[in-house]
Amino acid sequence: MSSAVSWFVTIATLVSLLVFFLILQLNKSVSRPGQTTGHDYDGIQEYDNPLPAWWYWGFMFTIVFGIGYLIYYPGLGNYKGVSGWTQVGQLEADQKEADDKYGPIFAQYRSVPVEELATNPAALKMGHRMFINNCSVCHGATGEGSFGFPNLTDSEWLWGSEGATIETTIIGGRKAAMPAWEGVLNDSQITEVTEYVLSMSARPDVDQALADKGQQHFMTFCAACHGPEGKGQTMFGAPDLTNDIWLYGNSRSRIEYAIKKGRNGEMPAFANKLGEDKVHILAAYVKSLSQ
Amino acid sequence: MNDFIEKNIGVMMLLILIAVSFGGMVEIIPLMTQKVVTQPIEGLKPLTPLQLAGRDVYIREGCYVCHSQMIRPLRSEVERYGHYTVAGELVYDHPFQFGSKRTGPDLARVGGLYSDDWHRAHLFDPRSVVPESNMPAFSWLFDTPVDAEILPAKLSALRTVGVPYTDEDIANAAKGLDDKTEADALIAYLQQLGTVIKERR
Repeated sequence: MSSAVSWFVTIATLVSLLVFFLILQLNKSVSRPGQTTGHDYDGIQEYDNPLPAWWYWGFMFTIVFGIGYLIYYPGLGNYKGVSGWTQVGQLEADQKEADDKYGPIFAQYRSVPVEELATNPAALKMGHRMFINNCSVCHGATGEGSFGFPNLTDSEWLWGSEGATIETTIIGGRKAAMPAWEGVLNDSQITEVTEYVLSMSARPDVDQALADKGQQHFMTFCAACHGPEGKGQTMFGAPDLTNDIWLYGNSRSRIEYAIKKGRNGEMPAFANKLGEDKVHILAAYVKSLSQ
Repeated sequence: MNDFIEKNIGVMMLLILIAVSFGGMVEIIPLMTQKVVTQPIEGLKPLTPLQLAGRDVYIREGCYVCHSQMIRPLRSEVERYGHYTVAGELVYDHPFQFGSKRTGPDLARVGGLYSDDWHRAHLFDPRSVVPESNMPAFSWLFDTPVDAEILPAKLSALRTVGVPYTDEDIANAAKGLDDKTEADALIAYLQQLGTVIKERR
């Protein structure tokens, strides 16, 4: 702050301390000790006595404490105080203390590949806490996911199961991009391709004639990402359509909706929130969920 | 003297006023003169019309009653929510959405933390994604269209208190929001919260 404002704060603070002290002194002695003030309300009268000593000295203590405080901590304008204390300085000291304590543990875990760390009970315990705090909001406390949020406990991986890939997923996030096909395929073509998709996971209720018609649309439009056999590709996060695991529901209408409108599932990036050391441990925990 | 002040209520009021106003001045005046408080941080932009509509849904539904937007410079908070809130991030906030109670988590850096889909599921029925949540469902926001007509007036009102909207911004404020619901607006507002500062600490 400017020096004028700084002086204003300093003087106002010190003058108010001084005024407080003077008021206290003025009330230390009274003109008529032991006598009443002359007020008389409903027979109730009051003595005109000075402040009790414990009270007076209590106030004096607050003044002395205040002066000490203003010398030690920043309070008087731009004066930094003997301690040089700041909020941010305190935070950084706390963070450094934590870094010194946890840094070596993180470094040690960091040197171990995710696959191996996934068998270390102490690391998994840390990973579990991080999972509960950061991931359970979408993937559920047990990692079983829900509608639109993948199950992490099965053996199916949209973006790849390698430890390093899981780390990449958590650090940078993922954005799936299934386009909407309603502008490209007409309604009956969408019905056909839906039927074909259903037939891939060997569902009993499939209309085979429709499915056969749908196959050509699938090969033209869907195979690029989902593969000619519908096995999916982790490079695009395109799901395997043959295993009867459905992120957005397995009913005919759900699948048709997905083809019509597209799906853009998004995993947020956690690089800024957690940092790479913690992501490494978290990846190990996630890896352990599917084992 | 005590006697005199006690018996002359006008004098007492005057003295109280002086005492209180000095306390206030000592706390408030220094803030008004500090650049760190009055200047926006680099990259800070005023809310877009859709985000602004979302902010007003946030205020109307009383989100601030249970959610704060103020990360204090304490390790536990920085660890959980990200970089502590700085004053320069909030210079375009009229009024501030600090809040004072955390029944739910702090939202100062919730932007980008969850996907739009998650926010939709969560606003429609919080229990569908967070089983132990006690947040109310805000399902009607999905059927309520954004009131776009009022947005130019809101932008120009904010401009009079120092938010740098251009004439063009104000003229176009109501455009392109025909198919937007209040849920879209609220999510747009939430997804930008605290995103100017990227570092974790």
